[in-house]
Amino acid sequence: MSLQQKHLLGLEGYPAEDIQTIIDTAFTFREVLERPIKKVPSLQGKTIVNLFFENSTRTRISFELAQKRLSADTVNFSASTSSLKKGESFKDTVQNIEAMKIDACVMRHPAPGAPLRLTEYVDAVVINAGDGTHEHPTQAILDMTSLQEKFGYLNGLKVGIVGDISHSRVALSNMHGLITMGAEVTLCGPATLIPPHIKELGVQVNYNIDEVIEWADALNVLRIQMERMGVSLFPSIREYRSLFGITTERLTKHKKEIVIMHPGPMNRGVEIESAVADGDQAIILDQVLNGVASRMAILYLLLGGKAES
Amino acid sequence: MKHKKLAKKTLFKGGTILDPAADKEFKGDVLVENGKIAAVGNIAVDSAEVIDCQGLVVTHGFCDLHVHFREPGREDKETLQTGSIAALAGGFTRVFAMPNTDPPIDSPESVRFIAEKAEACPIHIHPIGAATKGQLGKELTEISGMVQEGAMAFSDDGLPIMDGGVMRRVLEYGGMLDKPIINHAEDVCLRDDGVMNEGRMSTRLGLPGNPVVAEGVMVHRDLELAKLTGAKLHVPHISTASATELVAKMKKHYERISAEVSPHHLYFTDNDLHEFNTNLKVAPPIRSKTDRMELIKGFKTGVIDCIATDHAPHTIEDKESTFDLAEFGMIGLESCLGVVLKILVHEEGIDLMTVIKALTVNPRDVMGFNSNLFTDNAPVELTVFDPSETWEFTKDDIYSKSSNSPFIGKVLAGKVKYTVVKGQLTSV
Repeated sequence: MSLQQKHLLGLEGYPAEDIQTIIDTAFTFREVLERPIKKVPSLQGKTIVNLFFENSTRTRISFELAQKRLSADTVNFSASTSSLKKGESFKDTVQNIEAMKIDACVMRHPAPGAPLRLTEYVDAVVINAGDGTHEHPTQAILDMTSLQEKFGYLNGLKVGIVGDISHSRVALSNMHGLITMGAEVTLCGPATLIPPHIKELGVQVNYNIDEVIEWADALNVLRIQMERMGVSLFPSIREYRSLFGITTERLTKHKKEIVIMHPGPMNRGVEIESAVADGDQAIILDQVLNGVASRMAILYLLLGGKAES
Repeated sequence: MKHKKLAKKTLFKGGTILDPAADKEFKGDVLVENGKIAAVGNIAVDSAEVIDCQGLVVTHGFCDLHVHFREPGREDKETLQTGSIAALAGGFTRVFAMPNTDPPIDSPESVRFIAEKAEACPIHIHPIGAATKGQLGKELTEISGMVQEGAMAFSDDGLPIMDGGVMRRVLEYGGMLDKPIINHAEDVCLRDDGVMNEGRMSTRLGLPGNPVVAEGVMVHRDLELAKLTGAKLHVPHISTASATELVAKMKKHYERISAEVSPHHLYFTDNDLHEFNTNLKVAPPIRSKTDRMELIKGFKTGVIDCIATDHAPHTIEDKESTFDLAEFGMIGLESCLGVVLKILVHEEGIDLMTVIKALTVNPRDVMGFNSNLFTDNAPVELTVFDPSETWEFTKDDIYSKSSNSPFIGKVLAGKVKYTVVKGQLTSV
């Protein structure tokens, strides 16, 4: 079992059978994570460096945990403690790390396209852990793993993505992945936070959240970044909450019970009400666990780990 | 590339003479004597050095209204000297240098610095002065003093004059001195932090988009202000269908308007940016396929008069970064002819004369220069090229100090063979 591409840079154009392979493998690792001893020797002797040029807590911990569970050796690099502050270029930093003989780089970077640049400088396998407002493929895969777990299928599934689409790598990767897997996607959010050309990528746009809830099987609720408010992309939290906030009141208006997802971190009381986040419809914590399992699957498949009994 | 002093008499023999000023094309010879045109026609002469021009086109030296030679301040990217060599390789004998240097060319003294240094260069280089002090878009520069020192036009280059009131005064004052005003046509609020054309591709790449309307609204304002003030407005590097249409409409009512297009906007579309190629990061951005086709149509119908390279050298470090941080701009002098002949003549079937006019007569007319170069005793500015040779553009074809060209590896059509100016013969 292996994947067609050496790296995982994004889900745009990523083969459906490979997405399915990753999801299926993730389920195998889910079982491992339920065992009393959660560690397997699959990537023993492999060295992985986590290059975080941008702050991240959960993605980095999720990757680190996945690597440790697979018995890989890991090194962490974060921009705040690095020589980047001393003016070293991106190229020099990564070539230095490559020179230390590593097998894979997991990179988070604020610039769209940075992981592609990285593949030009290093021989190691590159996994994109989020590149600016471009893609976040491992998040989308863990979201799809969670949906598959909940529904048993992706083909024909109706997924709404709500919030700041313009600045969301999670939205873009989810769109590409879901469409490839045969799901339907509708985006919802303030017009100022939805890119004008997004429909050309094969999704629907609907500004009415109640209609989207009525239509959808699942909603992926994105974090609203407060700093966007100042640049008049939306006027106030009050107005955002009343137009797009996911509340129990809104959800109970509809007979069908839909699944609520959130990539975290949440602004409780803004894009999602606490009662919803903690309620039965939410699979937010399953997403977190599936995050570790999906990342184990990705690392295992890309680094050619030995089959585990 | 080889340079040598012209012989006392040099005969460019047996070529196709393309005289864009007279709108004539014929087989014949050009005799250059003591650095000046001595005769054009069928010439029999003893004791002249003969340059065989069989199968080649002999025409006026090319003129580029838009180059960045980075001196003073960024001599690591380009100097007036190295820029001149790149120009010679591209068949250019006369160029106009933008004032966005460090410090900017915004005073009579700084114009004199460029004009004096240009004297020693192997081509004619004319400074374009900043329209406002420090290119800040607020206070007028000493435009008259700068004209006296040799400034030929005024522009804040890449920094658009956003304040309509200031732009009006620049046009009034520059108009009084009959100098063209050039404004980088982008509404900076609409452009915001856009780094490429806003469209399907920018959405896919997650890069902030620069919308087509950012150019359109600024061009519209500038055209209205030009008409109001009676000044000469030159629209640089037009990139969109809508701006082309606006220029076409205004030209019906007001004639002191000209527009230029850059080779890269004719060649590429934003789909070519799919791998975050920083050499395709330019301002204004490479636009959509529709825009590209409308630019070609605008050129064909004479709405766009000039081809200008916007030659913008940058170091490897400035381009070898992530797309968001890379500098805007590409070099363009060396590849210009091969690009425009390939697209406009070979692919679009536009006649060679129209294209050559946009590289010779039209830009000289915009700047008020003598554009009738094939008259007796005119100081020689002459370019000889093969109109159909196909060739791969490589790093070896670059003479600029920088090599930020997305044309490397592309097959072009049409190649410069000789450039003659300031008493020197360059064999490319």
